Amino acid sequence: MSNTTIQVDALESEAIYIFREVVAQFEKPVLLFSGGKDSITLVRLAQKAFYPAKIPFPLMHIDTGHNFPETIEFRDRLAKELGVELIVRNVQDNIDSGRVKEETGRYASRNMLQTETLLDAIEEFGFDACIGGARRDEEKARAKERIFSVRDDFGQWDEKNQRPEVFDMLNGRIDLGQNVRVFPISNWTELDVWSYIEQENIEIPSIYFAHKRKIFVRDGMIWSADDAVVFRDEEEVVEERMVRFRTVGDMSCTAAVLSDAVDIAKVVEEIRDSSISERGARIDDKRSEAAMEKRKQQGYF
Amino acid sequence: MKVLKIATAGSVDDGKSTLIGRILYDTKSLTDDKLEAIEEKSRQRGFDYLDFSLATDGLVAEREQGITIDVAHIYFSTPSKSFIIADTPGHIEYTRNMVTGASTAQASIVLIDARNGVIEQTYRHFFINNLLRIKDVVIAINKMDLVDFSEEKYNTIKNEIEYLASKSEYKGQNLTFIPMSALQGDNVVHKSENTPWYKGETLMHHLEKLDVEDINDASQTRFPVQTVIRPKTEEYHDFRGYAGKLYGGDLAVGDEVAVLPSQTKSKIKTINFFDKEFQEAKRGSSVTITLEDNVNVSRGDMLVKVNEEPTIAKELTATICWMDKEPLKASQKYYIKHGVNDAQAKITQLSSIIKTDFSGIEENPSELVLNQIGDIQIKLSKPLAFDSYKNNKSNGSFILIDPKSNNTVGVGFIK
Repeated sequence: MSNTTIQVDALESEAIYIFREVVAQFEKPVLLFSGGKDSITLVRLAQKAFYPAKIPFPLMHIDTGHNFPETIEFRDRLAKELGVELIVRNVQDNIDSGRVKEETGRYASRNMLQTETLLDAIEEFGFDACIGGARRDEEKARAKERIFSVRDDFGQWDEKNQRPEVFDMLNGRIDLGQNVRVFPISNWTELDVWSYIEQENIEIPSIYFAHKRKIFVRDGMIWSADDAVVFRDEEEVVEERMVRFRTVGDMSCTAAVLSDAVDIAKVVEEIRDSSISERGARIDDKRSEAAMEKRKQQGYF
Repeated sequence: MKVLKIATAGSVDDGKSTLIGRILYDTKSLTDDKLEAIEEKSRQRGFDYLDFSLATDGLVAEREQGITIDVAHIYFSTPSKSFIIADTPGHIEYTRNMVTGASTAQASIVLIDARNGVIEQTYRHFFINNLLRIKDVVIAINKMDLVDFSEEKYNTIKNEIEYLASKSEYKGQNLTFIPMSALQGDNVVHKSENTPWYKGETLMHHLEKLDVEDINDASQTRFPVQTVIRPKTEEYHDFRGYAGKLYGGDLAVGDEVAVLPSQTKSKIKTINFFDKEFQEAKRGSSVTITLEDNVNVSRGDMLVKVNEEPTIAKELTATICWMDKEPLKASQKYYIKHGVNDAQAKITQLSSIIKTDFSGIEENPSELVLNQIGDIQIKLSKPLAFDSYKNNKSNGSFILIDPKSNNTVGVGFIK
């Protein structure tokens, strides 16, 4: 075992550098944590950035109420193990109070409704930097995002007038009321994330691995039939198949993929050979060519 | 896996997005769903061929106008290497976004439309590549299918660029000329039968074998402190670690170091990365170090090896690329961000505007407007420890921030 040099992967080193800039430049950062693989990766990177000190900011989850139970259980356990504060804000509260209106019908999703709850929470706690696990390879509007992305006090992204971001100097100066969305793993691909999880032996929720599940097929996508929140017509046929989830967004808009990948090594292999992109399983992105850009202009992550 | 960052540059309609699409297509990096989307949109719009720019132009305004406004980052990999391509805009009014994309690139591709040859925008793009001292520059002479794959056209353009290169101050550049048709795939990933006179490699072959090294490799050790880590727990009661990213050189336990700007000396006690200790850290690693002595070190300070000290001064001379609508004028005040360090800066002199066609300079101008490049002198509110850009890219560059708007308004290259 060579113990004389540090061979830090360039992407990991860059992400750690970004985390340290956030803590140095902002008063009240928060890490947006969904229990998904990208935000789990962020947590490991944050641990590395400040070790042996604890992660110096809380985690926050905007819970749509339609999350996979496995993810929620995982989320609570991880926060406890790390000894980090976990803030949860529920979209349901805004639905109950009538601030937002829930969609109905076969494509109903709470994904859009998250934005309102997120902006409320940012205001409630006075967060000036929100760290997220978005990657530029996910979607073509994401590919345009800076690492420090300034949002106004409505949470809006002005995509045509972004700050130049040269070399690795990150300008976090903002006015009161503005906040910055920070994306430390901007330059990672889906495969990079999975390879890192494998290399670091990071635990992830079980739904990422192949398991038997009752499903039905609509528009060429595989929907979970076990969950009451997923709308299903009676004529849509339920069958049991080996599936796994490639992303763990809201259950009502996240499709599964057929898979035999029961461990990380097999997942990495599967992603490497896949001919479908990750967002191909996000039903919300299919609404229009500019779905993501429009959501981001309104303050979506 | 090694990561190679590449920036593209070229005028509008020179085919940058098409080239990237072609690379993705021919290296089989486009997933089925993305390819289907491109096919469907191309059909809807009545195009004769696949419009690959639909894969990279991610903003509504870009698709409306058919131009690239801001940098898109495109990712793909081959068995030996990962690639990040910054697809940068060609329009003159988005030059600042081109600089944004090119600043982190180790290699650059400048596209030229073979029909038009070298035009004003080519000068500008070539100039910026030289200013940034990007070592590997590919001159992609595109749309060769529209000039009957003429060797003569290719040579005319090649000679013109070589003449420009001879006028540039930066001599360390490797120029590679490749005749291609991005639309039809000639010499992009697959070797073309249409250019039997061309003996060189395809673009991808060239990029594949490029070394992922850059100019900083030879530079001296620079460790700017980003943040001080003090756990304040029972277990790590007295731990005081200095976290940062090592720019240039290396560090080993026992090395004698100076803390700048105070120039206090100490020795490296430990090098930590997460829960492991190491004897040595290499360039580019984000480590945490501790020192033998209890010296005063805070964010913005820099650790260097004794006898390898950079310039420590309260003034500097730099070439600046201006990126804001409000012009730069002498006597204005800004914040300067030099790596992770901040200071206040006053422009004491605006010496010249440098013409990007290599035709010379304009002395003592009254202002520098958006996308202009010039030489300035700056007075600082506190001493900074810096190198010249040619010796260390990270420690030789800075940004200026307008205190009124908080915007990043300029990027500087220290002389």
